[in-house]
Amino acid sequence: MSSDRSEPKPIRHRLWWIVIAPTLWAIHFLACYLTVAIWCEKATTSQNSGPPIAWIFGYSIVALAGIVYVGMLSYRNFRSGNPPLPYDFDDPNDRTHFLGFTAFLLAVLSAISTLFTLLVFLFVRTCD
Amino acid sequence: MKPREPMNEQEDEGMRGELAKHDPAMDDVRARRLYQAWKTPKGWRYWSAVNNSEVGLWYTLTAFAFFLFGGVLALIMRIQLAVPNNDWLTPEQYNQIFTMHGSVMMFLFAVPILEAISILLLPQMMGARDLPFPRLSAYGYWCFLIGGIFVCGSLFFGVGPRGGWFMYPPMTTEYQTDVGPDIWLLGLSFIEIASIAAAVELIVGALKCRPPGMRLNLIPLYGWYILVVAAMILFAFPPLIAGDLLMELERAFDWPFFDVQRGGDPLLWQHLFWIFGHPEVYIVFLPSIALVAMIVPTFARTPMAGYGWIVLAAVGTGFLSFGLWVHHMFTTGLPGISIGIFSAASEAVAIPTGVQIFCFIATLLIGRVTKSVCLLFVLAGLATFIIGGLTGVMIAIAPFDYQAHDTYFIVGHLHYVLVGGTIFPIVAGFYYYYPLVTGKQLSERLGTITFWFMLIGFNVAFFPMHLTGLIGMPRRVYTYPAEMGFEIPNMISSVGAFVLGLGFLLLLWDVFRPKGKQPLVRRNIWNAGTLEWAARVPDMPWGIRSIPIISTRYPIWEQDNLLTDIDAGKFYLPDAEEGLRETIVTSTVDAEPMQCLRVPGPSFLPFMAALFTGGVFIFGTYHWWILTGISGALSFGTIVTWLWTGTAIIPEKDSKDVGLGLQLPTYVSGSGAVGWWAMFITMLGDMTAFVSLVFGYFFYWTVHESFPPVQFDGRVIAGPGVVWPLVSVGLGLAGWIAVMIARQVNRGDRARLFYATIGVAVCLALASASAMLSGPYRNGMDPTHHVYSASVSVLVLWTIIHLIVGVVMLIYCAARRLTGRMDAGQDADIVNVALFWHFLLLTVFITGTVIALFPKVA
Repeated sequence: MSSDRSEPKPIRHRLWWIVIAPTLWAIHFLACYLTVAIWCEKATTSQNSGPPIAWIFGYSIVALAGIVYVGMLSYRNFRSGNPPLPYDFDDPNDRTHFLGFTAFLLAVLSAISTLFTLLVFLFVRTCD
Repeated sequence: MKPREPMNEQEDEGMRGELAKHDPAMDDVRARRLYQAWKTPKGWRYWSAVNNSEVGLWYTLTAFAFFLFGGVLALIMRIQLAVPNNDWLTPEQYNQIFTMHGSVMMFLFAVPILEAISILLLPQMMGARDLPFPRLSAYGYWCFLIGGIFVCGSLFFGVGPRGGWFMYPPMTTEYQTDVGPDIWLLGLSFIEIASIAAAVELIVGALKCRPPGMRLNLIPLYGWYILVVAAMILFAFPPLIAGDLLMELERAFDWPFFDVQRGGDPLLWQHLFWIFGHPEVYIVFLPSIALVAMIVPTFARTPMAGYGWIVLAAVGTGFLSFGLWVHHMFTTGLPGISIGIFSAASEAVAIPTGVQIFCFIATLLIGRVTKSVCLLFVLAGLATFIIGGLTGVMIAIAPFDYQAHDTYFIVGHLHYVLVGGTIFPIVAGFYYYYPLVTGKQLSERLGTITFWFMLIGFNVAFFPMHLTGLIGMPRRVYTYPAEMGFEIPNMISSVGAFVLGLGFLLLLWDVFRPKGKQPLVRRNIWNAGTLEWAARVPDMPWGIRSIPIISTRYPIWEQDNLLTDIDAGKFYLPDAEEGLRETIVTSTVDAEPMQCLRVPGPSFLPFMAALFTGGVFIFGTYHWWILTGISGALSFGTIVTWLWTGTAIIPEKDSKDVGLGLQLPTYVSGSGAVGWWAMFITMLGDMTAFVSLVFGYFFYWTVHESFPPVQFDGRVIAGPGVVWPLVSVGLGLAGWIAVMIARQVNRGDRARLFYATIGVAVCLALASASAMLSGPYRNGMDPTHHVYSASVSVLVLWTIIHLIVGVVMLIYCAARRLTGRMDAGQDADIVNVALFWHFLLLTVFITGTVIALFPKVA
């Protein structure tokens, strides 16, 4: 068991790192849903029945930017150096590669799911 | 707990005699001491055991018994539905039976069995001696048993709940005024508490009780799945508990949360129920698929392909499953765009769910597969689940759902998902782990026959339901007229159900048939690679002889001499010099050893606590308030005794040698301590329930033209005002500051100042609670008047109860310090209480500002 007890670990080497991208998806999802739910109940009139698309685009750009950033850093984490596939030994580098790889996959999944939500607003434009 | 005296000669000799026959390892005096510390109590004291192997076994057997009960209910329904116009059951009886079938299968089998199997096996997989809070596991078990018997028993008195497993109001509030819904609400809330207790135990277990060296990239996949599922329980169950609270307040005290006439809305219940209910499906699916992830590599004789991908699947499914709940509400008239959002998420969840199945198939393809009954059930489970998953993708599309909603198509779909995703893998798990737990093997020959009965029976029973549903047969009807085309598929389903039942009967026989003459199996019978198979046959109560250093994912396959070295006590904690039960706590990411944790031994306190807590819920159901109060007081007393005598004990020495020259501290407080994590996790769940109540407040705002309304029913609707709630927030903040100061002065060993600040904090907390109450009280709010009054009152009530709990905790800390059970260095009690107070401050702040200020901006 080689140790890497040095300084406190950066967040990219912690368990929290892998849940950042899905959390961004969750916040985006909830923001979209709540905006629509409140808008459709409170703000619609006969002339204006569509949800505020600009807001949704705004949320999506912020969320996707965050997810892509996490994804890129994670990609660098698992591609850096000379990773011994499939990262399954007791070594700090293997752990970092594993966290990077999993976080990268989760970022891809979160990005796809965020786009799914965004697509709904492109196809459905009314509260009916 | 005082360190025990070293065992006397006679005791030592007696034990050696008893064990020497079958275990030469007992020649080692260290092994004998270890045995003495971990041995299971005998006679009637057996029921005081708290060790994971006993509690896990009871839990598994009890959950299995409830499963059989639920299965019998299903067969009764199938008899009733076999022919048209059947009057064998009355509609009343049928309603009770289908309600109980769903409730039992979900709450008394599917969720508890995952906790059961995890409590039984997770420590073994992690090479831990036990989970960090054995008495909490025991408490959870006894709550589950008592609550389960209470809920099931109601059926025999004809007073069972009959509102379906989702208990939709207003049917369950206005039209079912009998005790049935109360039994459901209170009985199952009680069991949900047990689930949250198990979640706390399993999260801390998976993160902090791994063997040294087992970094995050080496955890057995079961551990990953359980970590995700336990976190899901923490965020999924509290909304249901909040919903139960609201419905019970309406039923018992007429607070009109779901009464449309007084501004309530039944849809809030549907939201809260399904925010729980949909993740619940994955909460029962993921642990079962986790068993598959343990079984597949063993029988493919190769490590799992795509470990990282499976972790993606587990974590990704865990997250996405919280974005699906509205797909159970597509026909409630929500805006089309809301439906679209949830429909899209329901399609997206198919991605991670599918990824893991590809990994299993890939592993089987690249490996050298050996045949076994376990693998048959795994394959049947995957195939069945895929069919259920595909019909799931169909009904996630809203227009199709409008047609299929509330028909037998849904019944067919959900049984393919749950039987394929949960039951078949669990049966596979039974075959796989039975030798580990009992030392005997289930029959492969009988198992093959059982398998075919189950597979054929299941498909014959449930496949026709898709067709019955598409023809138009609705769910939850006690009978149907002839000549509608329902007769033949229903008869086929009933025949299939009995064939499936026969399969389970065969399994039951195989599990319980006497096996006295059957020889014990050899150790690691399946030649598996994961650590739980290091257990000896017959197993010893200590779990593992010494806690090894792990450096691979399949240590038994990949680490030389591992079993020999474990048995020889060459690793950590091979001894129990002080006669205490000990295990190692390691760091979250890299599993570096951090603490030698003393875990408590056998005690009846968890049982007593569960009994009295059960009394509160059961007597409360019947509104026997005096008995409820007595039970509450006894429960409080028992829990405090349990904490006082069994937690944060100051050890006889600061650190100890755990073997291999490693010194570890015996007492840790703060964020490195398991108790701190347990408090943190519990409070996350608590905050989730609170946020659900706040969500309710804002939900009512969206459904009303003006909220709060000015007048209702000829009376002005009173609010809590602005001043008193904000005064309460200010006092709460001052109380929190006092608690933080108390924690600091305790560290500085200034005892008198500590008691003084605790006193100040107690006064401020009580003042804050009084101010919180004053707002509604002085303005003459009547919780039964309108839903606005009720939703403010429930937030106030929640906050006041939490402030009182905060006060009790502070008094407890002062008493601990006064009696020398806490000091400047060993301060876990006050540190954990300070953590509670962070969450308490947040609760007071949110309640105060929402009820005082939101009406001004709304």
